[in-house]
Amino acid sequence: MKTGALITMLSRGPIAADPGSTERRLAAATALGALVIAAVGLVVLGPRPDLASAAGRPGFWLKLAFPALLALAAFVASCRLARPGARLGAAGWALAAPFVVVATLALIALAGASSGGEAWSLVRGRSALGCFAAIVLLALPGFAATHVAMRSLAPTRLRAAGAVAGLLAGAVAAAVYAFHCDEMAVPFVAVWYVLGMAVPTAAGAWLGPRLLRW
Amino acid sequence: MSTPDEPGLRALLVLALAGDNAAYAEFLGHVGDRLRGYFRRRAAAFPDDVEDLVQEAMLALHNQRHSYRSDEPVTAWIYAIARYKLVDLLRSRAARPALLPLDDDNEDAAFMACPAPQVFEARRDLVALVAALPDRFRLPIAGVKIEGLSVAETAQRTGMSESAVKIGIHRGLKELARRVRGGA
Repeated sequence: MKTGALITMLSRGPIAADPGSTERRLAAATALGALVIAAVGLVVLGPRPDLASAAGRPGFWLKLAFPALLALAAFVASCRLARPGARLGAAGWALAAPFVVVATLALIALAGASSGGEAWSLVRGRSALGCFAAIVLLALPGFAATHVAMRSLAPTRLRAAGAVAGLLAGAVAAAVYAFHCDEMAVPFVAVWYVLGMAVPTAAGAWLGPRLLRW
Repeated sequence: MSTPDEPGLRALLVLALAGDNAAYAEFLGHVGDRLRGYFRRRAAAFPDDVEDLVQEAMLALHNQRHSYRSDEPVTAWIYAIARYKLVDLLRSRAARPALLPLDDDNEDAAFMACPAPQVFEARRDLVALVAALPDRFRLPIAGVKIEGLSVAETAQRTGMSESAVKIGIHRGLKELARRVRGGA
């Protein structure tokens, strides 16, 4: 086929395109994923029984704000990486900032511990593996939704795009889990929430070149 | 045809995305020249693949035209798609994409230089690939894109609704790109 004929063919008929469709498709996928994750979290785990009194304490809000801000940053980063040649820009800093803040607060809490045993108990809490596993499993429907959306778009850095789409799912899962989780120590969040979100992120980076190819 | 610079290309694409068919044809013509120059240099080991790559990248660019943001440089956008398709080809040939300068920002300048226009023909025949698509894709593409009928005329002739014709074109060209990739 001659390239001129292809140009004639492509330029015929309705060709208008909506430049906002990248954001809309990712937003719809994130909303759908969040809805499923919230429903599963509500039915399988349920909110902590003392949610009303916990909502008066800053530890609860920190635990919620950390993944929520990460989800927001991962969403913006996903929108950028879903377009050819677009740069991460400020979204890269927005992704790093919540980790830096939580890591700093965790180190301050650990420095205030009177003994190594107390510091370890701040990290370990009572539900470490349950928290980690719950975030990983809750993230699955979100992972599927964000990757289906990303696959329909045009990422050219497939590992990075897969990673942020995975982090988006993991962060939403962690935010939902925060309503169930009754741990209040920052070092716990800094270790187990982060490890839980790291699994879908790493899975996205690993599978990206296969799942997102177009 | 003179070669427009970045603002000229961007103006054409913005018009095209608003539905201007003539602007889009002119834009794709310039894009073809640039893609050819790029693939001739970058895929020098596969000279027979150059025009196939040009057409594959052009089809990809068409299918993802909504991904262009008018505040980004259009050349960087085209180049990112071209490079992505090239790396994909080299990877599928089990060549060594590591030999490419993967993130060379100066690429854009070289990318603007283009060869003189001639008649360029690919080995792969996209029309034959369109003919092999299922009817819900083939009929709308044949009517609107190949014969140049309107959406309404194609709808009438095929008995499909107008929205089914539009969706058939859109999804059909995506399916075409998938088949090109799978069988290239």
